[in-house]
Amino acid sequence: MATLAVHQSPVGGFCFENCKRNALLEAEANKVGSSLPAARKTGTTICGIVFKDGVILGADTRATEGMIVADKNCSKIHYISPNIYCCGAGTAADTEMTTQIISSNLELHALSTGRLPRVATANRMLKQMLFRYQGYIGAALVLGGVDCNGPHLYSIYPHGSTDKLPYVTMGSGSLAAMAVFEDRYKPDMEEEQAKRLVRDAIAAGIFNDLGSGSNIDLCVITKGKLDYIRPHDEVNKKGVRTGDYKYKRGTTGVLTKATLNLQVVEETVLTMDTS
Amino acid sequence: MAAATVMPHFGQQMSSQIELVPDWTSQEVSTGTTIMAVEYDGGVVIGADSRTTTGAYIANRVTDKLTPIHDRIFCCRSGSAADTQAIADVVTYQLGFHSIELDEPPLVETAANLFRASCYRYREELTAGILVAGWDRRLGGQVYCVPIGGMLVRQPVSVGGSGSSYIYGFMDANYKPHMNKDQCLELTATAVALAMERDGSSGGVVRLASISESGVERRVILGNQLPKSSAH
Repeated sequence: MATLAVHQSPVGGFCFENCKRNALLEAEANKVGSSLPAARKTGTTICGIVFKDGVILGADTRATEGMIVADKNCSKIHYISPNIYCCGAGTAADTEMTTQIISSNLELHALSTGRLPRVATANRMLKQMLFRYQGYIGAALVLGGVDCNGPHLYSIYPHGSTDKLPYVTMGSGSLAAMAVFEDRYKPDMEEEQAKRLVRDAIAAGIFNDLGSGSNIDLCVITKGKLDYIRPHDEVNKKGVRTGDYKYKRGTTGVLTKATLNLQVVEETVLTMDTS
Repeated sequence: MAAATVMPHFGQQMSSQIELVPDWTSQEVSTGTTIMAVEYDGGVVIGADSRTTTGAYIANRVTDKLTPIHDRIFCCRSGSAADTQAIADVVTYQLGFHSIELDEPPLVETAANLFRASCYRYREELTAGILVAGWDRRLGGQVYCVPIGGMLVRQPVSVGGSGSSYIYGFMDANYKPHMNKDQCLELTATAVALAMERDGSSGGVVRLASISESGVERRVILGNQLPKSSAH
């Protein structure tokens, strides 16, 4: 940085000292060859589009811990309010908690205003919180909903910047999904056509990105109706085993049979030490 | 933690080891950008490209970097998308409050000073290069430049962003004082188009706006309508 930093006592605001310490620890661990436990990330393909009557949000269902699939069927489309849903990519815990916090605050806000919450309000709350944490909350979100001003779709990045667009994709599979959108998106599509487009975009992410996989979840939000379709398409169904290693009873012949009757002499209960 | 230890560059490197999550997902969103603002007698003309990048991926190819701060005051944003959006939101609130207290449209210089106050106070934490441009009754059209670091200076014409390096020469050669609105629009459109041609972080469409006493006129020049330059 340009100026010489004189040590000052912190004047409020979030303290990022531990983040610097964590980075140092990670560097030191990597030097000796070991690595810190990886946070569970949703590798992810998530996307959203605005169609004629509302918005459609789509997501895959794979959650990864490094190179291992931690959850084959996790739910990435989170509830914000009855008319607003949010897909989350990035660190799974961050997306889950961030959307829950904003959902809770938005419900209180709606009770205070007496109106159905607006998507722009949820967007403001999310971007201001993520900016406050300067990108350390790894939540990349696709926020969509229908309110009194019509359908709206936002993409929100971990550092707190947002874009309001007719179609957005996020996550490691976003390039594959965006390729499908750029080819086939048209304004004011019908619901069935739009659902097929979102399904194809997520499928592109699932089949071409290692971080995304399993099923396709869809959420269709229109003015009076909400369709949370989980799963919309099971494109990675586990195969059925054609053979069976279990032997049926009677396969092995019984030569002799001897029974030992054990009698209970004493019964004591030891409590577990939970101190 | 001793103040003398060297802090490593944190944040961005955490997930680069995990290959499932590509590099650009951990990069901060930046408006690579070319922005420009020109004063004329009676108002200002502002222009910008429309590309927002995360690393090498274009996150938004139709960004609107000309952000309204008040009825006759706009800002052109370059640098970190999150930082500039947050600052613009704060200044919009502060200026709106100030204007209601005053019961008068605010001055462009006031808006510029509000930007400067935030950009200078948090200069170590922010990456924001902003052009503030607008019209007010006292001084007419004005352009103020608030670059990274938090300086404030009024200029008749100013460019900013990564693409601005390529058009300083063009601007110096072609800007003349006392141009009219249409000449300014043409100059801005051509300059931004030339920068978009050469700068990888600038591209998309050219967004223009002219601000005067009568209001704001916005225009978009799409890719196929860009001014043709003589080379290729």
